[in-house]
Amino acid sequence: MPIITSLDPRITRLGIPEHFDTPPSAKEELDQFQTFEVFCREKTGAHHVHVGSVHAPSPEIALSFAKEQYGRRGKVLNMWVVKTADVYVMDEQDADMFETAGEKGYRDVVDYARVRDRIDAFKQKQQTILE
Amino acid sequence: MAIQNLLLRMADDALIIGHRNSEWTGLGPILEEDIAFSSIAQDKIGHSLALFTMLQEFTGLTPEQAAFSRNAQDYTNCQLVEYPIGGYDFSLMRHFLFDTAELLRYQLLRDSSFEPLAKLAKKVVGEIKYHVFHANTWVVQLSAQGTEESHSIMQQALNTCYPLALGIFEPSKVEQELVDTNIFLGEKHLQNLWQDSIKETLQKAGLILPSLTDETVGYGGRYGYHTEYLQPLLDEMTEVYRLDPTAEW
Repeated sequence: MPIITSLDPRITRLGIPEHFDTPPSAKEELDQFQTFEVFCREKTGAHHVHVGSVHAPSPEIALSFAKEQYGRRGKVLNMWVVKTADVYVMDEQDADMFETAGEKGYRDVVDYARVRDRIDAFKQKQQTILE
Repeated sequence: MAIQNLLLRMADDALIIGHRNSEWTGLGPILEEDIAFSSIAQDKIGHSLALFTMLQEFTGLTPEQAAFSRNAQDYTNCQLVEYPIGGYDFSLMRHFLFDTAELLRYQLLRDSSFEPLAKLAKKVVGEIKYHVFHANTWVVQLSAQGTEESHSIMQQALNTCYPLALGIFEPSKVEQELVDTNIFLGEKHLQNLWQDSIKETLQKAGLILPSLTDETVGYGGRYGYHTEYLQPLLDEMTEVYRLDPTAEW
């Protein structure tokens, strides 16, 4: 039976037949790895930051994949992998719970950033009235 | 010279296993594993480059010349690394047995009296630690946490690879000199450490070392005696180099 030949000798070596008498059987349902979410810490004291996900059959193998996929270029000090299924996720429809947060400036430090200026301005005003 | 002999064995091992394992690039069982295994193979080529660069002082050959222009009988890699990649079971088992030895070897060499080698060892030992972590997790996963079928395939792979792996430790004629000059504690010492180390992982994996009547079946490589598989590998690896050996890249 003729096999697939390629310029790439590795493909030729596989000896894959050009035609199959019977097509390869379909994969079993759910015959897949789990996904794991990957978190990297780049500096001492920094938070672990989510960088992506990997497919793997176990946490150990997920870590060994994550190391190469997300840690082979930049500097990384530590890594976490977490089963995606273990992450409890908010419903996207509930995004409206955050809708008015932007208006509540009094809850934000930035809102108090110029407080010294305001105090000074108030004192100035008081001074003017007294005089 | 003893040091030259040691450096060449290590350089050739790294070059040939690196080339072999890179044959999986694009063909790995899944994308993530393809990336990991290819990256490990690339690290090996990097180690061979560092070692050939060190050797240049003794041989006068550039790393490219040393890697690509010698005859098969001048390579001193162990036979284990030159065997075709086979199935993924064979490649993984070889990776496990070889890299466990590499890690222990480089750990010992951190204290070598030959300073350039000690420096290199300190630099790459972390990289090889990852190679062993990768190998260990797969061997345990497929043997102990897999199916009966995957376990028996891994046991078969161990039966095939183990006798060949003993060829890593084939003693050279300069063993005593390396020990006496505090360059390296020697292959025998390394082999003992290796036996203990692989036993630990194999126990977790539920795999059993085959009993051997002849421990030297994998020998020969260190003296230039190779299997029929090395020449075709060299032909393929040096194909582009031979088009124009003086080309500047």
